[in-house]
Amino acid sequence: MSIWVFIFKRIFQSLPIIIVVSIISFFLIRLSPVDPLAELKLNPSISKETLEHEKQRLGLDKPVHIQYFYWAKNFIKGDMGTSVTGEKVSSKIKERVLNTLLLSFSVLFWTWIIGIPIGVIAALNYRSVYDRLLTIFSSIGMAIPSFFFAILLLIFAQKTGWFPIGGLTSANFYNMNLIEKTIDIIHHLFLPTLVLTTISLAGLSRQMRANLLDVLDSDYVKFARAKGLPNYKVIVKHALRNAINPLVTMLGFEFAGLLSGAALTEYVFQYPGLGRLILEAVLKSDINLVMASLMIGSFMLILGNILADILLKLTDPRVRVG
Amino acid sequence: MNIKNPELRRFLKDKISVFALFVLIVLYVAIFFADFFAVYDKNYSKRSLSYSPPSNVYFIDELGDFTKPYTYNWKRVFNKDTLSIEYKQDRSQKYYLKFFSKGFEYKFLGLFKCKRHFVNVEDGGELYLLGLDINGRDNFSRILYGGRISLTIGFLALFISFPIGLLYGGISGYIGGVLDNIMMRMAEAVMSIPSFYLLIILAAILPSGMTSSQRFALITIILAFIGWAGFARVVRGMVLSIKTQDYVKSAVAIGCSKSRIILKHILPQTSSYVIIAMALSVPSFILAESGLSFLGLGIQQPDASWGNMLKEAQEFANIIYRPWLLTPGFLIFVAVLSYNLIGDTIRDILDPKSKIKT
Repeated sequence: MSIWVFIFKRIFQSLPIIIVVSIISFFLIRLSPVDPLAELKLNPSISKETLEHEKQRLGLDKPVHIQYFYWAKNFIKGDMGTSVTGEKVSSKIKERVLNTLLLSFSVLFWTWIIGIPIGVIAALNYRSVYDRLLTIFSSIGMAIPSFFFAILLLIFAQKTGWFPIGGLTSANFYNMNLIEKTIDIIHHLFLPTLVLTTISLAGLSRQMRANLLDVLDSDYVKFARAKGLPNYKVIVKHALRNAINPLVTMLGFEFAGLLSGAALTEYVFQYPGLGRLILEAVLKSDINLVMASLMIGSFMLILGNILADILLKLTDPRVRVG
Repeated sequence: MNIKNPELRRFLKDKISVFALFVLIVLYVAIFFADFFAVYDKNYSKRSLSYSPPSNVYFIDELGDFTKPYTYNWKRVFNKDTLSIEYKQDRSQKYYLKFFSKGFEYKFLGLFKCKRHFVNVEDGGELYLLGLDINGRDNFSRILYGGRISLTIGFLALFISFPIGLLYGGISGYIGGVLDNIMMRMAEAVMSIPSFYLLIILAAILPSGMTSSQRFALITIILAFIGWAGFARVVRGMVLSIKTQDYVKSAVAIGCSKSRIILKHILPQTSSYVIIAMALSVPSFILAESGLSFLGLGIQQPDASWGNMLKEAQEFANIIYRPWLLTPGFLIFVAVLSYNLIGDTIRDILDPKSKIKT
C-alpha cells in the first residue's frame, strides 16, 4: 500500500469522528441555559445589524437540529461568528492556534531530545542507582500539579528577574529586528516550556526505558550479540530503532495531553494560547468563541493523531490501517 | 506477620509503596476526623487579622527550660516608616496549648455531638498553625475540610466512570458489528475533544445558585464523564480476545443470556487491568478537580478545596510574602505522588510483563 493511500484512508476514517465531535459540542453548549446572544446584546458597541445577522446566521428562530446544520455550514465556510468583544472569532483563533502550536512543538521537541537519552541510559543501566534516580524523579515530575509548578517558577522569575513574567512578546516587540524578535520569543517561551516538558518528560522517559528493556530481551538482539557484534552496534542498529516505534504512536496521545495540560499553564503564565482563549471565553460565556475553539482544539487533536500515524507508517512499514 | 496472599506480601515488601500507603492513611485519617483535628470550625473568620502568619509554637521558654508548648498572639501594627501593615507577636501574654480539650461543637462522625479536639489553646489565645487567609479564616482547619473534597472526589468519580467504561466496552466488544462500530466512534469522539476543554465547558454550563452538595455531585459526574472513554476502548480490546475462548463458547452453548455472559464470564477476566487502571487514574482525577477549582469553576467559596485555596496563590504578593498559603499545593503533590507510587507497585505485581517498575 502506498503512503498516499494510507494517508487518504486515515483521513477518511476520522471524518465520522469529527462529525460526532461537532454534534456533541454543539448540543452540549445548546444545553446550557445561556442565551447565545445575551452577551452580544449587552455590548453597546455592537450594532443592531450585527445582532440580526448573528440571529440569521445561527438560525435561532428555527428548531435545534436545523440550527446545527446552519452552524456546521458556516463553520466549514470559515465563518465562526463574532465574539463578545466584537472581533471575528476566526481571526482571533488563528493567532492563538499558532501560539499553542509553537508551545506544543517546543515542548515535544525538548521532551524527545531529553527524554529518549534518559530512558536509554536507564534501560542500559537497569536496576542501577541511576535507574532508581530516574524512577524517583519521574514520579515526582508526574505528581506536580502543572499550575502549582508554574506558580513556583513565576516566583522564581519574579525574584531573580531573569525571565519575563507572562505573555509571549515584550512591549517593544514591534521595534525589534528579526534576531531580537526570535530571542524575545524564546525568552518568553522558556518557562511555560519548562513546566510542560517536566511533566511530559516523566512519561516519555519511562516508556522509552520499558520499550528498550523489552527489545533488549528479544531473540534477535540476543542473536546479534551471539554473532559477536559490538555492544554499541547492537544497541544503536538493532535495539533502539525498534524501541522508538511505540513512542511514535504515543506522540499523538502526548499532543492530546499537551493541548489539555497547556490550558492551566497558559493561564498562569498569561500565555496567549488556545487554552487560555477557551478559558476566558467560558468565563465570559462567549458562546461563539467557546464552540469554535472547542472544535479547533478537537480538530488539532485528531490531526495530531493522523500525523503520528503517518510518521509511524514511515518508520515502521509493517503498520496497516485497521 | 503471617500473610497468606502472595500479592499482598509482595506489596508489603516494597518499602517505598508501604511508606506511600502510610502517608495516604495519615491524610485520610486527618480528613476523616477533620472536625476533631481542626482548631477552628469552617465558618470561623477573624477579619481583623487577615493574612496573619502562622503562630509559632514554643517548647522552650525564655529561661531555656522545657515547658508545656505555648504560643503568642499576633498583633497587627501599622509601620509608619514603610507605610505597610505588619504583624508582631504580642509577647505580653503566653497562651498554653491544650490537648484533647473542649473547643467548638461538632457532630462526631455525623452521629453525636462532641466538643473534644486534638489541640486547642487557652481562652483568649489564638492558634493559627498555618496562618490565616484573606478573610481571616484558619488555613490549617480549612485544609482539613478541603481535603475531604479534594481527596474523595477522585474516588467517587472513579466509581462512576469505571462501571460505565466496563459495561460500555463489554457490550461493544461482545456484541460487535454495527453496534460496536457506532459505540466506538462515539467513544473516540469523546476522546478527541481535549479533556480539559471539555471539563471547563461542562463546569461552566452548570447553573449557578446550586447548593454546595449539589455542585459537588455534579462536578464528580463531570469528572467521571471525562475518564470513561479511553478506559472503555481498552476493555473492548480485551473483550474481543476473551470472547473467542472456549469457556465463553461453552457458556453460549448451554444457553446463557448475553448479559449474563458479559457480566459473569467476560468482565471478571479484565479485573487485574481494571485494578491497575483504577489505581493509576485516581491521581488524574485529583489533579483535574484541583485545576478546575483553581480556575474558579469547581468547588466554590465558601467551601474549601485544595484547588480553590490555591486560588490565592494567583497573587504575587501572596506567594512571596505568605508562602504558607501554598501548603495545599504541596499536599496535592504528596497525595498524587503517593497514589502514583502505589499504582506502579500494584501494576508490577499484577502485570509481570510490564517492565516499568520502581
